[in-house]
Amino acid sequence: MSTQPAKLYSASHWGDRAFKTLTLVMALSVFVLIVLIGYELAHGSSAAMRLFGWGFLTSSDWDPGKDHYGALPFIFGTLVSSAIGLIIAVPLSIATAVYLTELAPQWVRQPLTIFIELLAAVPSVILGLWGIFVMVPWLSGHLFPLLQNTLGFLPLFQGPIFGPSILAGGIIVAIMILPIITSVAREILRSVPGLQREAAYALGATRWEVTRIAVLSYAKKGLFGAVILGLGRALGETMAVTMVIGNSPQIAKSLFAPGYTLASVVANEFSEATTDIYLSALFEIGLVLLGVTVLVNVLAQLLLKTFAGPGVKPQN
Amino acid sequence: MDANNHQWRKATNVFMQTLSCVCAILVILPLLLVFFHLLSQGASSINWAFFTQLPKPVGEAGGGMANAILGSFILILLASLIGVPIGVLGGVFLSEYSHRQLNWWIRFFADVINGVPSIIWGMVVYGLVVVPLGLPFRGTVSAVAADQKHFTVLEPDGIPQVFTVDAQTRFKLGGGNQLASLSPGTDVIISFHASSDDTQSAETIYPSSLWRVALLKAVGWHNSIAGFSTLAGALVLGLMMIPLIMRTTEEVLQLVPTGYREAALALGIAQWRMIAQIVLRTAMKGIVTGVLLALARVAGETAPLLFTAFGNAYWTHKLTEPIAALPLQIFNYAISPYDDWHRQAWAGALVLILLVSAINIGVRVLTRDRFSKRGA
Repeated sequence: MSTQPAKLYSASHWGDRAFKTLTLVMALSVFVLIVLIGYELAHGSSAAMRLFGWGFLTSSDWDPGKDHYGALPFIFGTLVSSAIGLIIAVPLSIATAVYLTELAPQWVRQPLTIFIELLAAVPSVILGLWGIFVMVPWLSGHLFPLLQNTLGFLPLFQGPIFGPSILAGGIIVAIMILPIITSVAREILRSVPGLQREAAYALGATRWEVTRIAVLSYAKKGLFGAVILGLGRALGETMAVTMVIGNSPQIAKSLFAPGYTLASVVANEFSEATTDIYLSALFEIGLVLLGVTVLVNVLAQLLLKTFAGPGVKPQN
Repeated sequence: MDANNHQWRKATNVFMQTLSCVCAILVILPLLLVFFHLLSQGASSINWAFFTQLPKPVGEAGGGMANAILGSFILILLASLIGVPIGVLGGVFLSEYSHRQLNWWIRFFADVINGVPSIIWGMVVYGLVVVPLGLPFRGTVSAVAADQKHFTVLEPDGIPQVFTVDAQTRFKLGGGNQLASLSPGTDVIISFHASSDDTQSAETIYPSSLWRVALLKAVGWHNSIAGFSTLAGALVLGLMMIPLIMRTTEEVLQLVPTGYREAALALGIAQWRMIAQIVLRTAMKGIVTGVLLALARVAGETAPLLFTAFGNAYWTHKLTEPIAALPLQIFNYAISPYDDWHRQAWAGALVLILLVSAINIGVRVLTRDRFSKRGA
C-alpha cells in the first residue's frame, strides 16, 4: 500500500467522483466474473444435477450412448495424474528454488530464472504436441519397460504398455507445474530475512545447513502454499494432458493404462455432446472441477498471503 | 566434535549443492528438449506458403496457416479491447484508492480467478454467448403439421419460418422432450447447433433467454448460423486477461513514488488528472509490460477456444462466424492421423512459441531498468 496523499481540494469535484466510480466499477468486475462463472456452470448443469443427484460423483458409468453419466473415472484420473505431477514436481522445483536463491553462483541465477519463466510461458498445446510425438514414444520405448522390469511386482507397474497413459499424463502435468512452483517458491525464499541466514552462519553452519535450518524451516508455510498453488494448476491442466493421457474413462490399477481427466473430457466431448443431458453432464463435470480448483486456490492464496504479506504475489 | 563429523557435514553440503544443481538442470531440460524438437521438426515446414495460404484438404501437400495466424491476431486484438481497459482501470483503483477491506477482497478474488482452469472459461462463454448467439429465430408457434414433423414459427416481424423435425432435433421445453408439448401460441427460440463434423443439422428449441437474443438482435449480431464465433473467442480471452492485467497494473503503480503524487496535487490539479497524467504516465512502461505478458499468455490458450472460436478452415469475414486460431489449429493437426498435418502442427507450434518467447524476452529487455532500480 502506498501512503495516500492528503486531499487538498473538495472530494465532491465531479471529475474525481466520476473517475473513482469508473475505476471502482472496473475493479468490482472480478466479483461479476466469479458470479458469472458460478452461475453459468450451475445453470448449465442443473438438468444433470436433478437427474443424477449425488450419485453423479460416485458412479463410474460414462456411457453417452445410453445417456448414463458418472464422474468417478474423471475424478480418479484427475487426482491420480495431479498426484503423480506433484510427486515429481515438488522435490524438483523446491530444490531448484533453493539452488536459485541460496546455493547457485550469482552468474547462474539470472539466466536460469529466465529459462524457468520461458518454460512457464510454453503454451500447453505445444507441450502436448511434444508429448505426443517425442515424450510418449520415448516413455513407452524406454522408461515404461524399465519401470516394469524393476518395479513390476507392484500392481501400479503391471499390464500392457500403450504409451498414452495416466503416467504419461502425470509427467506432462509435472512439466507444466514445475515453473509455477519454482518461481513462487523462489519468491518465498527470497523474502526470508537475511538475518535468519546470518545467525545460522554465525553458529558455524555450512551453506546447506543454513538453508535447511534457517531458510527452509522458516519458509515452510509459504512453500506449502506454493505447492498447493501448483496443485490447483495440476487439477485444471487441460490440453497437454488431453493429448497424452489416452482419454478412456476407466479406473485401472496400472499407471500404464489410459485414463481421463475432468478437464480433458470437457475438451474432447463438449462440442460433440448430442443430447441435452450429455451437455448438462459435461457442465456438471466443469462444476466439479471449478469447485475443487477454487477450494485449492483459496487455500493457496491464504497460505501465501499470511506467510508473506502483500509483498509476494503468486506468479502466473 | 570429532573431525569425522566435520568431514561428514562438509560432504553433505557438497552433496546437497550438487543435487540441487542437478534438479535445476532437470527442470529446464524439458524446455531445451521442446525447443530442440520444435526447431528440428518445424523449421523445415516453415516457408512463404505457410504464412500466406489457407490449409489444404487432407492429401494435398502444401498449404499454410495464414488464416490461423491472422485469426490469432484478431482474437488477441479484440480481447485486449475488453481486457486492457477493465484491467488497467481496476488496477488503478486497487493502487490509488485505499479501501483496505474491499481491496483485499478484490485482490483475493482476482488471484482466485487467475487459478480457474481455462477450459472452464470456455464453458462460461459458451453458456453466455455461444448458446444465445446460435439462436437465430425466435417467435411464436403458429401451426403444427398433422404429421408432427413440421411446424411453423412466426417471427416477431411477421415472417413465417417452417421447421422440420428430424432425429437430431432437440427440444428444450421445461423438461418435456417431444413435439407434442409444442402447441400454437408457444414462444420458442430455434438454434442450429454445429456438431463436430461441421454440418449444421440439429435444431434446438429454447423457450427461455429471450432477453439475450433480443439484445443480440438489437446490435445486429443474431444472424449467426451457429453461435461459435470470433466474438465469443475474443470475449473469453478478454475476460481471462482482466484479473491478470489488474494485478500487474496495481503492482507497477505502487512503484511510482508518493512524492510524484504529492507534487502534482500541490500544484492544484485534480486527483483524477494527477493519476492519468502523472501516475499512469510514469508507470506506462510497466503497464505495457503487464499487458504484453497477459497477451502472450492468452495467445497460447487453446482450451477456452475449443467451443467458442471453434476454428475455421477458411477466412473469417464476420464477427459472428467461427474463426481459426493458431493454438486450435496446432491441436487439431496434432491429434489428426495425417503426417502432412503433423508437419504443419510442428511448424505452427514453432511460430507460436517464437511469438510467445519473443514477447517474454522483449519485456525483460524493456523493463531491465525498472528491475535494477528495485535492486532485484
